[in-house]
Amino acid sequence: MKKLRILSLAMTGALCLSLLAGCGGGDSGTSETPSGGASETPAAENTGSTATGAAFKIGGTGPLTGGASIYGLAAQRGAQIAVDEINAEGGAIQFELRYEDDVHVAETAVNAYNTLKDWGMQISLGSVTSTPGVATSALNYEDRIFALTPSASSPDVIEGKDNVYQMCFTDDNQGSASAQYIYDQGLGENIFVIWKNDDVYSTGIYNQFVAKAEELGLNVVGNATFTEDTQTDFTVQLTQAQGSDADLIFLPMYYQPASMILTQADQMGYAPKFFGVDGMDGILTMEGFDTSLAEGVMLLTPFNADATDEATVSFVTKYQEQWEETPNQFAADAYDCVYALKQALEEAGCTPDMSAEEINDALIQVFPTITFHGLTGDGEGITWDATGAVSKAPKGMVIQDGAYVGMD
Amino acid sequence: MVFLNYLISGIGLGSIYAIIALGYTMVYGIAKMLNFAHGDVIMVGAYICYFSMSGLSAHFEEGSLAAAVVPALAGTVLAMVVCTVLGVVIERLAYKPLRQAGSLAVLITAIGVSYFLQNAAQLLWSSSPKMFTPILSRDLQLSLPGGLSVSALTILTVVVCIVIMVGLTLFTGRTKMGKAMRACSEDKAAAQLMGIDVNRTISMTFAIGSALAAVAGVLYLSTYPSLVPTTGSMPGIKAFTAAVFGGIGSIPGALLGGLLLGIIEILAGGYISTQLQTAIVFAVLIVVLLVKPAGLLGKVVREKV
Repeated sequence: MKKLRILSLAMTGALCLSLLAGCGGGDSGTSETPSGGASETPAAENTGSTATGAAFKIGGTGPLTGGASIYGLAAQRGAQIAVDEINAEGGAIQFELRYEDDVHVAETAVNAYNTLKDWGMQISLGSVTSTPGVATSALNYEDRIFALTPSASSPDVIEGKDNVYQMCFTDDNQGSASAQYIYDQGLGENIFVIWKNDDVYSTGIYNQFVAKAEELGLNVVGNATFTEDTQTDFTVQLTQAQGSDADLIFLPMYYQPASMILTQADQMGYAPKFFGVDGMDGILTMEGFDTSLAEGVMLLTPFNADATDEATVSFVTKYQEQWEETPNQFAADAYDCVYALKQALEEAGCTPDMSAEEINDALIQVFPTITFHGLTGDGEGITWDATGAVSKAPKGMVIQDGAYVGMD
Repeated sequence: MVFLNYLISGIGLGSIYAIIALGYTMVYGIAKMLNFAHGDVIMVGAYICYFSMSGLSAHFEEGSLAAAVVPALAGTVLAMVVCTVLGVVIERLAYKPLRQAGSLAVLITAIGVSYFLQNAAQLLWSSSPKMFTPILSRDLQLSLPGGLSVSALTILTVVVCIVIMVGLTLFTGRTKMGKAMRACSEDKAAAQLMGIDVNRTISMTFAIGSALAAVAGVLYLSTYPSLVPTTGSMPGIKAFTAAVFGGIGSIPGALLGGLLLGIIEILAGGYISTQLQTAIVFAVLIVVLLVKPAGLLGKVVREKV
């Protein structure tokens, strides 16, 4: 028995070690990160260069583990790249960034937010996803800590809060823009929508899309839903779409379920046009995905990793070097958030020794007045109105030969 | 026509549930514990198969018969081997020390193992979804009269499911190990007195259950190809439901429960509402359990007072 116990101890040890090794491998891009930091956020220790204490403390919550972690990690990494760049330049404004894990759960996000507050967060990057975002933005409002969320796109995140801003399109905005685009370009006669009804993102876009489509006189022949728990089998939804003679299917969802829909439609031999939203971005870089399945898929997106402008190329290269994957729009939005904050802080003349509330009051004044040029949006720049909603132009893209091509 | 289409999808999905449910049911029947980590073993199997397939397929000429067969077969076998070892190790490290503990402690441990596997997978393989290459090309379709077509993958799934079921029935009915398993499931203490090595029997059960999980993982991902560290949890729960539906502890019950669950799920989505799909599945489960508390084919065990 004793021998067995030693054996099991040794094996547990080996398992733990292999875990740590795996973690170390994943984090190898940033040399400052301690290799055993499985539960600690790498970003927290990552900005040792600003030891003078003369840096703005910005904090954000996002799913760094769990099913939605692809979004949280992307945002964290995108923001970190921006912070590193700004700190390396050594200008007047320096940042210290810390991300806390919220596992895409509202309750955890509140705890994460409180941790950040105790740490001394002066400016917030809100939450990465909408469900936690609704919870933390209420706290941002109460505590008077300014927030600019990269990607929590639900209108509930900013509604009634004067100090919460969004970098991403609101869901409403995307829904009506998509309907308008389909109408303007005459893309479909009979439109069918497949949407995820337990997700505020998908539901928000769907509602607005249908309202706008009705206004424009687009023929929406039907819709079908799925949930987090049923996002594997789409034969039923696709059969319904086929049965109602739809020639265009609108997919307001993230790319993972969308990839299943494309695969299963192909298997059924059903080939309508597919039209996606910004969540579709990432489908081409999905490991093992047969990009020919996405041939001809259209989408509106604020960011295109294949764009050839200097800023995008530099960002994508850095991201790929550090994390060995192509950044998605979440990373780009978070990167833009940090730079937008920098621009606003400069215009407001804020200094790191100001309190969170002083910075908050200054930024509320400045934000609706600035025009920001970043990775997302087009050459016109990005502006905000006082409600916190962003105004930037979506890019219409179509997938051809495994790459995005602008539609206009 | 549409109905038959739904039915075929339902049978395909149900067969996968059935294979997973077989693993649940065997472990429950013999060790009297719910192995909630079973779903995550599916996920591990799928990842192993995914990586070995993408590693191997580069060595074969594209389009040749060998390229279609060898990586898929090798990937599946490797996944089965790894999962078998994993299942036995999990049993040895996490469950065996609790053999004398209350059933709640074991249940919580199983949930813990499930989370451990999910998060370990996320650290090792990252949370970005991977597209699983099906083990049989999706283009292979069998056309039936009336414009129906059945994919070869669905046929393979059903065949594998039936073969496994028959094999397991023969195994538990005819072999010495099988008899030992049945003896353990009736009365562990008595089995031990008869000279049966209970620990070895339970390890064996976990080995078989986990190998089945690997097969189920490969088949499930071939049909529904998006692979993430949490892929296994939903089919795991559905298959657990299927096992209860058919009568937990009963091998034919797992098959029946799995198939019915798959078919009800698809038909409920198709004809009633996709929103209520899962609710309907569980409502049927409740009704069945009200009428037959032991499940469709479960044995009613009288409590001795």
